[in-house]
Amino acid sequence: MSLDVIDKSLETFVLNLGPQHPATHGVLRVKLTMDGEYIVHAEPVLGYIHRMHEKMGENRTWAQFMPNTGRLDYLAALSYNHGYALAAERAEGIEVPERAEYIRCITVELNRIASHLLWFGAFVLDLGGFTPLLYAFDDREQILDLLESVTGARLTFCYFRFGGVYNDIDDNFITGSREFIKRLRSRMPMYHDLVSKNIILIKRLKDIGPISQEMCRRYGATGPVLRGSGVNFDVRKHEPYSVYPEFDFDIPVYTEGDSMARYMVRMDEMEQSMRIIEQGLAKLPEGPVMAAKAPKILKPAKGDYYAAVEAARGSFGIRLVSDGTNTPYRLKLRSPTFSNLSLFSEACRGMILPDALALMGTLDLVIPEIDR
Amino acid sequence: MRLEKIKQALSSLAVTDEIEVVKTIPAPPAAEGEEQAKPTEVKEKVPQLMLFTPDYAKKGFHLDVKVASADVVQAAQLLIDQEFFLEAITGVDWIKEGQIEVVYDFNHWQTLCRVVIRTRTDRSQPEVPTISAIYSGANWHERETHDFFGVNFTGHPDLSPLLLPEDADYHPLLKDFTA
Repeated sequence: MSLDVIDKSLETFVLNLGPQHPATHGVLRVKLTMDGEYIVHAEPVLGYIHRMHEKMGENRTWAQFMPNTGRLDYLAALSYNHGYALAAERAEGIEVPERAEYIRCITVELNRIASHLLWFGAFVLDLGGFTPLLYAFDDREQILDLLESVTGARLTFCYFRFGGVYNDIDDNFITGSREFIKRLRSRMPMYHDLVSKNIILIKRLKDIGPISQEMCRRYGATGPVLRGSGVNFDVRKHEPYSVYPEFDFDIPVYTEGDSMARYMVRMDEMEQSMRIIEQGLAKLPEGPVMAAKAPKILKPAKGDYYAAVEAARGSFGIRLVSDGTNTPYRLKLRSPTFSNLSLFSEACRGMILPDALALMGTLDLVIPEIDR
Repeated sequence: MRLEKIKQALSSLAVTDEIEVVKTIPAPPAAEGEEQAKPTEVKEKVPQLMLFTPDYAKKGFHLDVKVASADVVQAAQLLIDQEFFLEAITGVDWIKEGQIEVVYDFNHWQTLCRVVIRTRTDRSQPEVPTISAIYSGANWHERETHDFFGVNFTGHPDLSPLLLPEDADYHPLLKDFTA
């Protein structure tokens, strides 16, 4: 449906989207140059909630930085806890007990479902459908209650420690998780009937906002954006960490590359996360949740370390440079949505504004994670 | 296989640095009745090709190559030809050595192969050519690195502050930065 805007000498005007626009889900500003309803050029303006987490990392001990990782992507904070814990454990050479690894995977996957549910509700809201949001939040609330019971937080988690997790899960959590999966499974057909098969939604998403594999490579897009373009790339399978190799799950891939494909990837991923949680709860071994010999103060050997996890929005990576002291010398956070958003300008060229907003919705932006 | 191919392609770009190694020279055997002398340690500078294949389990990447600043574009071209994608670009301030290191992280969709390209530039006037013509995503990563470290990416279309305020004239990740 998109048209190529060739003649820039035609009368154009600048439209300011954000920074306080509901469709940008946070404080993102996009400077749009418009030719009537068509976008000639889009320039995202970032930095409204930049907090310089990377400098903070250089000014505190390794353990003190853990709460910061919960404040990057506030919708799937546990993945970021996980990434940082993996990087530090790799640098220091800490072994994590098996039970803790299972608990990590179970809680991270619960968090991923919560994140996808929120995205689902908010995305359909962007397109003008209000009702699904209320259902999605109702389901998400169950997860937040479960996670709160073990982590003590509902959003900005700081649950993982170097060498394990802070708190063991109990029977209430296990039965609660099983009940939640039963509940969500029974509601997924409703979501598909109400939303996925809705003719208005299909017309808004099908064949709109194409993103090619070649574009993904040039911009370094990962996560559901990449998998919606037909590339089977998921860090959990590609670069297995924790106990993910123990689980039997699939990576949903759609080859169309349009907004609908990215929508379907996320909807299917919820089912796969439920499979992982079920298997994790069934296989959950007994034992400690913290490594017995985990050092209180980390002093990793000099050098560079890298660790990556599959966060809800793509591949989150941490590059650590240690100089052998108790604070990191350099700590780089590779944020998935930063790369995913960078392709927006090229992808939306020549689209009409409402379609571009739908495309932006399928990128699943979380601004604190882009701005860091 | 993938690793061997890219290693071979990049080996011509890798620089040779003088690195300091400690050599132990054993003392001559002691004569009868004398005490055995201790071996002496001397620091020696030896040339070393800056291309390493570190232990992945310990480091988290497979190939680590240091190139000259001018060769960064060529290295990026070699990587995109073999279908690598760009994960991130960042800097490290080595204030004691008076240098800024720019680090590029690459990965591959089909085979797990993390490649690190690094280059060093003078701290007082940091300059590295841009790779944004090859990897479009590098545009923002380089802007961010310019924000934080003041690295001037020559040929970059627009180095205005991305995450910092638009009038920012400071580079907060430099080690001598004070608020």
